Amino acid sequence: MLPAQPNGCNSPDMSLWVIQRDLLLAMRRRADVLTTLFFFIIVVSLFPLGVGPEINMLRTMAPGVVWVAALLASMLSLGRMFSSDYLDGTLEQMLLSPQSLSMLVLGKALAHWLVTGVPLVLMSPVLGIQYDLSTEALLVLTASLLLGTPVLSLIGAIGAALTLGLRGGGVLVSLLVLPLYIPVLIFGAGAVEASAAGLGAGAHLSLLGAFLLVSLVLAPWAAAVSLRISME
Amino acid sequence: MSILQGSDLECVRGDRRLFKDINFSLEAGELIQVHGPNGSGKTSLLRMLCGLAIPAHGKICWHGADIRSLKGDYYGAITYLGHLSGVKDDLTAIENLRISSALAGVEIDTKKAHDALQHMGLGGRELLPVKVLSQGQRRRVALARLLVCRTVLWILDEPLAALDSAAVKLVQNLLEQHLAQGGMVVMTTHQEIDIAAGATQRLQLA
Repeated sequence: MLPAQPNGCNSPDMSLWVIQRDLLLAMRRRADVLTTLFFFIIVVSLFPLGVGPEINMLRTMAPGVVWVAALLASMLSLGRMFSSDYLDGTLEQMLLSPQSLSMLVLGKALAHWLVTGVPLVLMSPVLGIQYDLSTEALLVLTASLLLGTPVLSLIGAIGAALTLGLRGGGVLVSLLVLPLYIPVLIFGAGAVEASAAGLGAGAHLSLLGAFLLVSLVLAPWAAAVSLRISME
Repeated sequence: MSILQGSDLECVRGDRRLFKDINFSLEAGELIQVHGPNGSGKTSLLRMLCGLAIPAHGKICWHGADIRSLKGDYYGAITYLGHLSGVKDDLTAIENLRISSALAGVEIDTKKAHDALQHMGLGGRELLPVKVLSQGQRRRVALARLLVCRTVLWILDEPLAALDSAAVKLVQNLLEQHLAQGGMVVMTTHQEIDIAAGATQRLQLA
């Protein structure tokens, strides 16, 4: 007689498996990763060209421009988060996994952040130099992106799950997700402005940290529920 | 009480009713073959059995409890192989097998994955990315999961599609072995295949 239950591995292991798998897939298709990064670099670099070399103006608009570009770049790759797994049937297998689906979704969102968010964070200080930001402002900008970009991936997972399998899902996901990104944008860009004004970025960064914790808890669960609905 | 029981199942797609009043019960060692023309709802029925789709009416019970309330406990006891194989083009056969079985809750090492693929007739192709394999070979990669999983109920949607006669024989042996060990199988197929089982039921849709 067969055992009724397989000897399972526990949920945190599952997230690691999924992260490992998604990173492996990203390594095999490097073009996808590089498009997002180049999109970010080009959008940020276009502004000084368009607005002109007015140093004071560039300095004030830098945080907003970098943050908006990061939002768009992160959103650009959201469509791929679940759709390839959906198309080849892997997502069905994930839904049928005895492990918690939320942990799998958390793994996918973290993998998305590692692949799209982290390169943006690493690139932002270099791009900030184009805007003549001070060292302190560059540090705050990088820190705010480091705290904020995982929130973008986590919230994005909900949008990607809801629009799964819909025609024109790409446009719909931006309409769903961009409004939810607004608080992150306000406090992310605000952190740099506050530190430039001498107020200190602590409050803004703490709020970003709070967003991160809340979305770490709620977003995987919400995305898992949306996935089950989309797959029915 | 039977182990898997479906009662009064009804499936509605859009405003069309695909089937209704489907009843069945499955005991250890038994096989259900679902028959029906294209579009009669075979895949929909199997997806209901997995809990991926909710029946418009009726319910499915596993050991007397509704599968929708069991969730993870039920998923740990089934293996579903759908139309889409769940095989990633960019990964090798070994990586695919190891990851898909990890998702199903069974971690296997490279050696075991290697043996399973060898058994499925993919010896020497384990390290190729799946995108260079043929349809039939991809299907074999997906079917290799049946060799490493230790689940009781197998739900197979057209497992023989794209397979050559040697592979069909292989799957047939695999199913017979599973049934002889007290496992259960629900499958659809358009090919005539004789599988020795404790009891074989035919479920005709429309």
